[in-house]
Amino acid sequence: MTAAYFFTQLINGLRLGSVYAIVAVGYSIVYGILKLINFAHGDIMTIGVYAIIVLMTSTGLPLWLVILISVCISVLAGLLIERLAYRPLRRRNAQEEAVLVASLAVSTLLQNLLQMVFSSQKKPFRLPDALTARIDIGAIQLSVMNIITFVAVAILLVILLFIVKKTRIGTAMRACSENMTAARLMGISVTRVVVFAFALGSALAAVAGLMLAGEYKTASPDMGFVPGLKAFCAAVVGGIGSLGGAVVGGILIGLAEMLFAGLVPTSLTAYRDAFVFVVLIVVLLVRPNGLFNVKEGGRS
Amino acid sequence: MLQINNLVVKYGGIIAVDGVSLQVEQGELVALIGANGAGKTTTLHTVSGLLKAARGEILFRGENITKLPAETIVARGLVQVPEGRQVFARLTVEENLKMGAYLQRDRAAIRRNYERAMEMFPILKQRRRQAAGTLSGGEQQMLAIGRALLSNPKMLLLDEPSMGLSPLMTQLVFDALRSLKAEGMTLLLVEQNAYEALDISDRAYIMETGNVIMEGRSSELISDPRVRDAYLGGAV
Repeated sequence: MTAAYFFTQLINGLRLGSVYAIVAVGYSIVYGILKLINFAHGDIMTIGVYAIIVLMTSTGLPLWLVILISVCISVLAGLLIERLAYRPLRRRNAQEEAVLVASLAVSTLLQNLLQMVFSSQKKPFRLPDALTARIDIGAIQLSVMNIITFVAVAILLVILLFIVKKTRIGTAMRACSENMTAARLMGISVTRVVVFAFALGSALAAVAGLMLAGEYKTASPDMGFVPGLKAFCAAVVGGIGSLGGAVVGGILIGLAEMLFAGLVPTSLTAYRDAFVFVVLIVVLLVRPNGLFNVKEGGRS
Repeated sequence: MLQINNLVVKYGGIIAVDGVSLQVEQGELVALIGANGAGKTTTLHTVSGLLKAARGEILFRGENITKLPAETIVARGLVQVPEGRQVFARLTVEENLKMGAYLQRDRAAIRRNYERAMEMFPILKQRRRQAAGTLSGGEQQMLAIGRALLSNPKMLLLDEPSMGLSPLMTQLVFDALRSLKAEGMTLLLVEQNAYEALDISDRAYIMETGNVIMEGRSSELISDPRVRDAYLGGAV
């Protein structure tokens, strides 16, 4: 193995990790407020990807507009799920486990719906050549998509940080995730905060879906599920509820996955998914609450 | 200002509040005292819209608020300072105060309430960039009251503000309540510290297992032998 190959894998790992990071942030925001692990979060990515495919093949809209609309569709899907599946349960004071199971059901439902409409066949996902072109720096192979991913994720995280730290609704979100009763006594509408959290998470997931599909150049109805699970691992590794932890966890998981895939013999690369879960288990054995434990006074 | 008529509240199947009636007039400081589990906090939570009343009604400034959601009740000017302070520990002091003003739109009024809170509790000004979790218990209680003041209240509900505080801090907090009353604020004070509560209040209600068992002028209750035996430990 050459150094150049190692660096290529490193960059790929960082790229994948930054995608996991923005998905993990979505898990963490919702978990922080509702203590709900929304397993349908990964499938929101898929919805975004299929929205892009449909819009690109059936309309002549420019790509930026297509992406914007697909993000909106994903946000709408996220809000619908919250409204139709989770809110009724919350209103009836359902236990956390019941809502968790409901989220698995929603995930399966979404995958089956996509299969019904689009068939379970993989669909090609083509972005303009300019976006997928390769750039070689010395022997290190990069793609334009790599760079776009880094820049887009960085921008999104800065925007997210601003929203969470500086805006009224962002502060209300942090207040709710700390103490929902006290937040209600301040006149904060928990429903509104939850809606905002789902919208934020879904928008990030839509962008993540675009990045993933852009890299793999195909889409399938179940494409969001496993990356969603890995992003969930990332959120847990980072310390679920902590946004900084979600980002660090995401990058860690992405790096671990890509370096594993690149460094082990080819016969073992099929186990890269399993390896991610091994990383999760090891981290949890050492730090049961993840790297950045919110309860221990870490900052969210 | 606040009138509670025959309020019944159930927790699961258990009746926690069983037909409580009480009223607080404008500008009054009324105490609600009684042992742990008497239903005081449950009553306050129901008034604030956190719990649903099984029966009875709650009127605030003549309007029925029994079925209103918590945020609407806060918007009407009935604001609670919850038991155990419940400040947002990981938010700064300033952010906590900002959350108090969550529903306020009038910037000048927010400014005014902010200055008033800072004047009442100067320590908060020094600590404004600190995470609220790093404050002492007494400072947190001041922050909790200051936060409620930023909600621009017409009436405050205070749940055990002296809980866990040193005698000195308790005095500071009660002094703050006195000055709020002097400014014309209406207050309903829930306390286990019966002596202090009777000392500061105009009138009081005494609760036991979900019922009001005695009510009257605080100055009379404080010298009532039954009250002294049961709640003041036979003291003064």
